[in-house]
Amino acid sequence: MINKTINQKAWFMVLPVLALVAFNAIIPLMTVVNYSVQETFGDNLFFWEGLKWFEEVMRSERFHDALGRQLLFTLLILLIEVPLGVGIALTMPRQGIGVTICLVLMALPLLIPWNVVGAMWNIFALPDIGLLGKMLNGVGFDYNFTQNTFWAWATVVAMDVWHWTSLVVLLCYAGLRSIPDAYYQASKIDGATSWQVFRYIQLPKMKRVLTIALLLRLMDSFMIYTEPFVLTGGGPGNSTTFLSIDLVKVALGQFDLGPAAAMSIIYFLVVLLLCWVLYTLMMRNETN
Amino acid sequence: MSLDFRELSKQVYGEVHIAQTDLSLNPGVFNVLLGPTLSGKTSLMRLMAGLDQPSTGSVWFKGQNVTGIPVQRRNLAMVYQQFINFPNMSVFENIASPLRIQKLSETQLRPRVEKVAELLKLTPYMQRKPSELSGGQQQRTALARALVKGADLVLLDEPLVNLDYKLREELREELPRLFADTGATVVYATTEPHEALLMGGYTATMREGRVTQYGPTHEVFRKPHDLATAKAFSDPPLNTLNLKRTEKGFEGEQGLSLQLPPFQNVPVGEYTLGFRPHHLQIQSNGKEILELSGEVTVTEITGSESFIHLRWAEHDWVAHTRGVMHFPPGKKLELYVSPSKCLLFDDQEQLVLAQV
Repeated sequence: MINKTINQKAWFMVLPVLALVAFNAIIPLMTVVNYSVQETFGDNLFFWEGLKWFEEVMRSERFHDALGRQLLFTLLILLIEVPLGVGIALTMPRQGIGVTICLVLMALPLLIPWNVVGAMWNIFALPDIGLLGKMLNGVGFDYNFTQNTFWAWATVVAMDVWHWTSLVVLLCYAGLRSIPDAYYQASKIDGATSWQVFRYIQLPKMKRVLTIALLLRLMDSFMIYTEPFVLTGGGPGNSTTFLSIDLVKVALGQFDLGPAAAMSIIYFLVVLLLCWVLYTLMMRNETN
Repeated sequence: MSLDFRELSKQVYGEVHIAQTDLSLNPGVFNVLLGPTLSGKTSLMRLMAGLDQPSTGSVWFKGQNVTGIPVQRRNLAMVYQQFINFPNMSVFENIASPLRIQKLSETQLRPRVEKVAELLKLTPYMQRKPSELSGGQQQRTALARALVKGADLVLLDEPLVNLDYKLREELREELPRLFADTGATVVYATTEPHEALLMGGYTATMREGRVTQYGPTHEVFRKPHDLATAKAFSDPPLNTLNLKRTEKGFEGEQGLSLQLPPFQNVPVGEYTLGFRPHHLQIQSNGKEILELSGEVTVTEITGSESFIHLRWAEHDWVAHTRGVMHFPPGKKLELYVSPSKCLLFDDQEQLVLAQV
C-alpha cells in the first residue's frame, strides 16, 4: 500500500484568487442572470418571469437584424483583415533599419483609443470638410456616411480595417520570423516558386499565430461598440446598429433590464459558440 | 570534372568571411570540410551552392564557370543542421517534392521515391507528417530529398549535429555509402576531427576563413602542413610547447632541455612542438623518450579511457590514456612522448619535416 500524504491546507492558498475572480467575473455575471429571469421595478421589486425574456429576445425581429448585421460585419472584416495582414507581413523587411520603422508604423493604430479612432474618422470622413469625404465627393462619388447605408458601412469597415489589421500583421510577422533561414535556402535550391514557398512553408508555419489572430479579431469584432457609436451612432436608421449598440439602447435607453440581460447572455453564448467552432475546426485541420 | 574555387573570397561589411582561396575538390568522392565553429564552413558552402555571390574570384563546376548561375538552375542538394522538411506534407510527398518541381509524372517518380525511402529505412512512415517522426527520421527524410534529386553536388552542413549519439553513429556509417553509388560530389561539413576520420575520403581543414590544407583524410591527419591544420584536426586539442633551437639542443621554459633526434639538423630559431593527446603517456615504455612533467588539473574518465588535463608552465595539455586513472588535482606527473610522434613547426607555423 502506498501512503499518500493528504494536505487540504493548499486550498486556503487558492482562496485569494477565487475571491478576485468572483468579484470581477462571477458576481457581475450572476447579477445579469438574476435580471434576465425577473421583471424589475423601481425600489428593487422583483417578480419571477422564468424564460419569458429569452423567448421574447429570440423572437424579436430587432434582435435578428442586429445579429445579422453583426455577423455580416464580422465576416467582412475577417475576409479583409486576415489576407491583408498576411500580405503586409510577407512584404515587410526581414532585417535592417526598415524592420523597426515598419514595426512602429504598424503598432501606431493599435495604440489609439477606440473613441479617438471614432472621432478621428468622423472628422476625416465628413463630406463637407473632412479630407476623405471631400476627396470622394470631389472625384464624383455621392459620399455621405450619415445618410447613405452603403457609405456608412464602408466607412465603419474601413475604420476597423485601419485600426486592427496591424494586429494580424504583427502576429503573422512574428510567425514568419520564427522560420529558420534554412527553409528558404532549401526551397531556393529545390527551385520552388514564391507561391510554393508561401503555400508549403510560410502558411503551415504561420498556422498557429493565424488561429490566434482570427480568434482575437472574431471576438473583438463582436464586441465593437465605441467606433460606430462615435461615427454614426448606429445610423443611418438602424443600419450600423450592431449587437452591442442595440444592447445599450435596450438596457440604458429604454431601461428594459430583463430583455437586456437575456440579450447579453445570448450575445455571450453566440460569441462563445463561434469561437469554439472556429478553434475546433482549425485544430482538427492541424491533427489531420 | 571537379569543383574548383579560383581566387575566391567573400567579405561582408568589410569583415572577411572567406580569405582568398584556391581549392579544387575531387569529383565523385566524399569531401569533408573540417573546422571549428565560425571557421567559414557554412560561408564556403553557401558560395559553393550559389546562395551567396563571392566578392572576388569564381566557382567552377565540371569545367564550367558557375559563379553567376542562380542556385535553382544548378543541380545540387543541401541538407542542414536543422531538420528541414515541408511541415504539412507526408514523408512521401516530401521526398517526391524535388521531382514534382522537375515536373516528373506520378509513374516516373513513384519508383524513385520508393527506392530512396527503402535505402533510408523510411518505407513504414511514408504517410506520416514530419512532426510525427523522430529527429533521426526527420533528418533521414531530408537526406532522402537530397538523394532522390540525383544532384551532381550534395552539400551536407553538419547534418548530424542535432541528433542524439546513437542515431548519429548509425547515420554517420550509412552516409558515405548512400552517396557513393550516385557519383555525386559530396561535401560534408563538421567540427569533429573524429567524424572526419570515420568518413574517410578527402578532408579540407578550415580555420579563420581559410582552407589550410586539402588531401586524403589520413594524410592530412598524419602530416598537417601547418599548426592551424594540426589544431583543427585534433580533439582533444593538440598539445603544444614553445622551444628554442640552440647549439646544444632544444630549450624551453623553466630550464627545459630536450633532444629531438629527428630534428637535429634544423637551423637555430623559434619553434613550436606539437604532440597529440594520445601520444602523451604517463608511463615510460622504451627508449627515445622525451621526459616532461605537469600538474594535474582535472581528470575526465569515459568508460575505459581517461583524459588527464595537465598544466605545465603556461601550457595546458591533455593526456589521453587507456584504463581508468584517478589523480587528485595538483598531483605532479612524469610525462613521456616519443620524438618520432612529434610535429615540429617553425616560427611561420609551417611543418618542419623530420629527417628519417
